[in-house]
Amino acid sequence: MKPDQLFAEMFAGQDQQLLQIWRQATVGIAGAGGLGSNVAVALTRAGIGKLIIADHDSVSKPNLTRQQFFLRQVGLPKVAALQDTLRKISPYTELSVYPQKITEQNLSGIFGKADLLIEALDDAEQKEMLIETWQSLYPERYLIAASGIGGVGKNELLHTEQMGTLFIVGDGVSEIQPGESPVSARVAVVANMQANLCLELLAGLRK
Amino acid sequence: MNAARITVNGHRIPWQEGMTVRAVLHAMNYSFRMLVIKVDGKLVKREDWDSTPVPRGAEVSVYHLISGG
Repeated sequence: MKPDQLFAEMFAGQDQQLLQIWRQATVGIAGAGGLGSNVAVALTRAGIGKLIIADHDSVSKPNLTRQQFFLRQVGLPKVAALQDTLRKISPYTELSVYPQKITEQNLSGIFGKADLLIEALDDAEQKEMLIETWQSLYPERYLIAASGIGGVGKNELLHTEQMGTLFIVGDGVSEIQPGESPVSARVAVVANMQANLCLELLAGLRK
Repeated sequence: MNAARITVNGHRIPWQEGMTVRAVLHAMNYSFRMLVIKVDGKLVKREDWDSTPVPRGAEVSVYHLISGG
């Protein structure tokens, strides 16, 4: 949506130069769970121009403990539910959603137009596939992954590793115990570290 | 350069002629299931770990991927 009066009022307190940069950006979010749904909310609030979001899952009741969904959305495809929520926050972020499982084959078709990709998948095997595939296809484009979000507390262990254009956020050690899920606060912290880094990289404040 | 070495995640270890990515993982005792590996800044895919030589003096980064998202 084009800037208008509401836009001017809504973003009045934000750095207009940064906002202009973010308005031009397209960011891909691979996964719309605990990481992806929180990243999407943060980036929409920041005024990112376009988000491309893919996830094949539907909202379940246990998801509500940590993901940006509501009780009445249980059963809906995650990307549809998230799209609805993001539109309620701001009409200024264009959304492109894919209710699909991300594979080596469809990665470029879904996210090929993204300036930067955020890895927000659950399974380590999937994370590795996405990192390998994206870095082979687009070695010059930033990729922000997450690893080690399990447990609770341990703020001081959370950090960002950089390997060229690849960044990995998390503590790098905390596993999720079998049958358990991440805890709301810690997964949201890591998601927001990913979003924060994304905004910083897009603005050219870090290379 | 004097003694032939490579750097793996900041640790200097001896380098041998013909050393592959797989051999480096073995030398470091890295046994995590899912990894991202870069040699001199270039990502090496899992399928290439056995065939990719690590050059003398190389800078190797290995990062452990853990489920959860």
